[in-house]
Amino acid sequence: MKGLPPVLITAIVLVAGFVLCALQFPNIASTRVVCNLLTDNAFLGIVATGMTFVIISGGIDLSVGSVIGFTTVFVALAIERWGMPPLVAFAAILALSAAFGAAMGAVIHLFDLPPFIVTLAGMFLARGASFLLSTESVPITAPIYSTVSDFALRLPGGGRLTAVAIIMLVIVIGGALLLQLTRFGANVYALGGSRVTASLMGVAVGKMTIRIYMLSSLLAGIAGIVFSFYTGAGYSLSAVGVELDTIAAVVIGGTLLTGGQGSVVGTFLGVLIQGLIQTYINFDGTLSSWWTKIATGVLLFAFIALQQVMIALARRPAVRPAGATS
Amino acid sequence: METSPDSAPCLLEVRGISKSFGAVRALQDVDFTLRAGEIHALLGENGAGKSTLIKVVTGVFPRDAGIVRLGGAEVAPRSSKAALEAGIATVYQEVNLLPNLSVAQNLFLDRQPMRFGIVREGEMRRRAKALLAEFGLDIDVAAPLGSYSVAIQHVTAIARAVDLSARVLILDEPTASLDRHEVEILFKIMRQLAGRGIGIVFVSHFLDQVYEISDRITVLRNGRLVGERETASLPRLELIRMMLGRELAETTSARAPASEQQVREICASFEGYGKSGYVAPFNLELRHGEVVGLAGLLGSGRTETARLVFGAERSDQGQAKVEGAPVRLQTPRDGVRHGFGYCPEERKTEGIVAELTVRENIVLALQAKRGLYLPLSRREQDEIAARFVKLLDIRPPDPERPVGLLSGGNQQKVLLARWLATSPRLLVLDEPTRGIDVGAHAEIIRLIRELCEDGLALLVISSELDEIVTYSDRVVVLRDRAHVEELQGEAIDVSNILAAIAADNSAVAQEGRP
Ligand SMILES: Nc1ncnc2c1ncn2[C@@H]1O[C@H](COP(=O)(O)OP(=O)(O)OP(=O)(O)O)[C@@H](O)[C@H]1O
Ligand SMILES: [Mg+2]
Repeated sequence: MKGLPPVLITAIVLVAGFVLCALQFPNIASTRVVCNLLTDNAFLGIVATGMTFVIISGGIDLSVGSVIGFTTVFVALAIERWGMPPLVAFAAILALSAAFGAAMGAVIHLFDLPPFIVTLAGMFLARGASFLLSTESVPITAPIYSTVSDFALRLPGGGRLTAVAIIMLVIVIGGALLLQLTRFGANVYALGGSRVTASLMGVAVGKMTIRIYMLSSLLAGIAGIVFSFYTGAGYSLSAVGVELDTIAAVVIGGTLLTGGQGSVVGTFLGVLIQGLIQTYINFDGTLSSWWTKIATGVLLFAFIALQQVMIALARRPAVRPAGATS
Repeated sequence: METSPDSAPCLLEVRGISKSFGAVRALQDVDFTLRAGEIHALLGENGAGKSTLIKVVTGVFPRDAGIVRLGGAEVAPRSSKAALEAGIATVYQEVNLLPNLSVAQNLFLDRQPMRFGIVREGEMRRRAKALLAEFGLDIDVAAPLGSYSVAIQHVTAIARAVDLSARVLILDEPTASLDRHEVEILFKIMRQLAGRGIGIVFVSHFLDQVYEISDRITVLRNGRLVGERETASLPRLELIRMMLGRELAETTSARAPASEQQVREICASFEGYGKSGYVAPFNLELRHGEVVGLAGLLGSGRTETARLVFGAERSDQGQAKVEGAPVRLQTPRDGVRHGFGYCPEERKTEGIVAELTVRENIVLALQAKRGLYLPLSRREQDEIAARFVKLLDIRPPDPERPVGLLSGGNQQKVLLARWLATSPRLLVLDEPTRGIDVGAHAEIIRLIRELCEDGLALLVISSELDEIVTYSDRVVVLRDRAHVEELQGEAIDVSNILAAIAADNSAVAQEGRP
């Protein structure tokens, strides 16, 4: 479907990278390592799914990292200090983050402001609010946390598909279906093509904008909960800069930063590529973990350059004689 | 018409509409009445306020005053979605579709066939195919719309609006990029729809089409209502007087015969020039002071020829010469360097920079040609802009206005001015009079002839055969991506061109991807 060629390239890069890593460290090619990779990057996969919708619609959401941070602090405090049952705390934070996203979307639409500015403000707001709640790391000891952490599907080869990895896979699949198969998904692409045109064609642009940012923040909230499962604590400095990793994953996955094209599947592959680089560095043991950032940067450059080439090619109308104008 | 539209009930009533954009009063106290089952032409010069009226009625722009009644009940849509829900479907002047979505998605955006919350892709494609088949198009509806020609995109936009089966259908210059055959199909469908009681508003600068299709005409001038008439009882000259507020200067006389006698110097020549799978090799000589017209159906290779000549497309065979010397013409830069100018057909969407002012848009190409190190002084810019604003009668005559705020036709004049300002030796114009009103149309034709007298070589593409006949010294006729005939002197007339176009095959405009 849409954006297939870039996705294919991402897939090829991932497979090639995996094969290369496996040649050097044969252990990498095991279900255990792959499952760990999924677990470690579960929260990233979840936010990146939401970010894909935002970017395809022609926007950007810089607040997701802060929303994750806020979520972890809120959940920790609600369970540990305020005595809320964990499920109630989860429901409350999801409602809160969805409302936060909806508010950002509404501001973007009503005041016709650039999403970059509005979500930047959202980023400071959410991060600031989490400091307001607590500046220290708050460990979570609720039994549900150990239950969830212990839960895993055992795969042949010693792999453990953890609960958070399963949640991520479900969200990625659900996101992909939502984007490709529903009217909502088609409207997301329409907005990315042109907001003005989409509105003239009868798309309720305001409602869509609100829903898209709501979805992104909601998924950031879920990612925050997953993150708290993963770390077992709430900390106001967690997930700093994750919005940038997320955007990188989306772009490496073949989504156009200018909107209108892209896919959730591609984003998922982008997340895996970042995870693979991290895994390689862990296996190597001598490299600094900052190499992840460098490798990601190089890949990002390569993909953006590639996209420009593809756009330039697509602009040349003449390649298709019988469809050209006269 | 068998049914007398007079007795038909009022469908859409617009009363006392006013709309200002800052100091510009785009509409003042305008009335408009559309009856069920009629085709109503909305006419006026560029900038008269036609598109603004449409956008105010469909809620794209808020209105300052006035009311709109649909079927007797007052409506005040606040967006085109709301207008659509009230029963008014519109194709706006700027083709408003999404190039990144598939053709099928464009046709059914926001109203896809669904089952259990899921778009039925197969069903949607089947319906899209059937819908386009009514318009004589057989294309792959799963491909992105942007991969098709402007004409196909336009047909898609119209098909979408028609399929919305609203009570009122508004088409703002729908025929501007269609060829004769497609226009015929559109008219047939419009008549069918009118027969079903749908009221249709039709904006066009092609008066022939207006007389062919419309029952009634409303004319606007400078944002005011001039009057409403029945088409059948309105002589053409009277209509033009209503639109312009004056008589049309006699400009479309025959070519000056003297120009045919003298032998002119060759400006550029092309021998065996072509590109396989694009245009068959052709020979073409362009002389100083001569207009060569390219005629043919949509898809016959006219634009392709123009692009090869300018260098916008690489040739893979043949030799190009400029002033007798062999040259390479493989990129648009090459074309510009040799003093060629090219005003493309999709200029409306591609050429203008909406945020820049009229002046800045006009000097853009000239500045690029001179290079960044030789900036034009502000005084020079002002002079150039003022000259072309006057020459082409760009309205409002304010060089400091952002181009995006001009009416569609005036934007096109600005683009034409941009290339004229570079004083090229060869100018390629693809459909220079599309979307331009009768007054300016005559001006542009006069201008083309004047430019020629100054020694410019012109290659002009037009679907308006009358127009081509008026200004061309030679006419090249294309068919199926090959140059099939060259007419000269006395031989240039509409019937000869038509004969050459129609010769042997009648398969028309099966536009689409292979
Ligand atoms: N968004 C806008 N902001 C400011 N002025 C505008 C805007 N849109 C249109 N105008 C002005 O309103 C007037 C009417 O423009 P409109 O587009 O309705 O003309 P039109 O009759 O459709 O002309 P054309 O035949 O060239 O399409 C023009 O003077 C134009 O400059
Ligand atoms: Mg208009």
